[in-house]
Amino acid sequence: MNADKELDARGLNCPLPILRAKKALAEIGSGQVLKILSTDPGSVKDFQAFAKQTGNELMSSTEAGGEYTFFMKKK
Amino acid sequence: MDDQKKLTIIATKGTLDWAYPPFILASTAAALGYEATIFFTFYGLQCLRKDLSCLKVSPLGNPGMPMKMPFGPKWFKDINWNIPNIIQASIPWYEDVATALMKKTIANNGVATIAELRELCQEAEVKFLACQMTVELFGFEHSDFIDGIEYVGAATYFEYGGEADISLFI
Repeated sequence: MNADKELDARGLNCPLPILRAKKALAEIGSGQVLKILSTDPGSVKDFQAFAKQTGNELMSSTEAGGEYTFFMKKK
Repeated sequence: MDDQKKLTIIATKGTLDWAYPPFILASTAAALGYEATIFFTFYGLQCLRKDLSCLKVSPLGNPGMPMKMPFGPKWFKDINWNIPNIIQASIPWYEDVATALMKKTIANNGVATIAELRELCQEAEVKFLACQMTVELFGFEHSDFIDGIEYVGAATYFEYGGEADISLFI
């Protein structure tokens, strides 16, 4: 999947991945895609909740070797 | 009435550990589109000081606090140092040592510092209200605190609390 911007939030803990993602989304346009890398297991549910409440679309959420990758399309 | 969701938090605690929940919840709420307001009163005022070195943790009388070392091999880090209250209370600078260890643990876990979270709140336009009565009661000056604070009384809290979807007392 292609992304217009990438956010490396690995090593960061709650609530920093969400706050950094919010900032990164502000820097891209509507319909563009943000790729987020995280190592925080709590971020899986949190990015779902973030998407649900902000209207941005969580296109995919995957895990590999303790690392989580999210693709979020800006509203 | 607009349809923006609103959060108010009353922050009453002045220790390093309890300084986290108000700033974490308010900054996250702001990221979710809430208009967030924190009313700092009593010991909560310590969270607004320019110099945050006043924020410490005390394991004394807190059986919920794991006392683990933030350095050394894994077997060493896994030890929970169960030190009786009477011994904790008699060791000078026990809280300073516990605070230094806690700050190291915070950094090891990629958790933001209070100064960082407070700044993120301000960037996200979280409103900071401070209780003027406690400022006077504790002998503080407005110059002890960061800029951008409104000094108010209980009635002003209710102006925000009365409109809020969520209100928390921490």
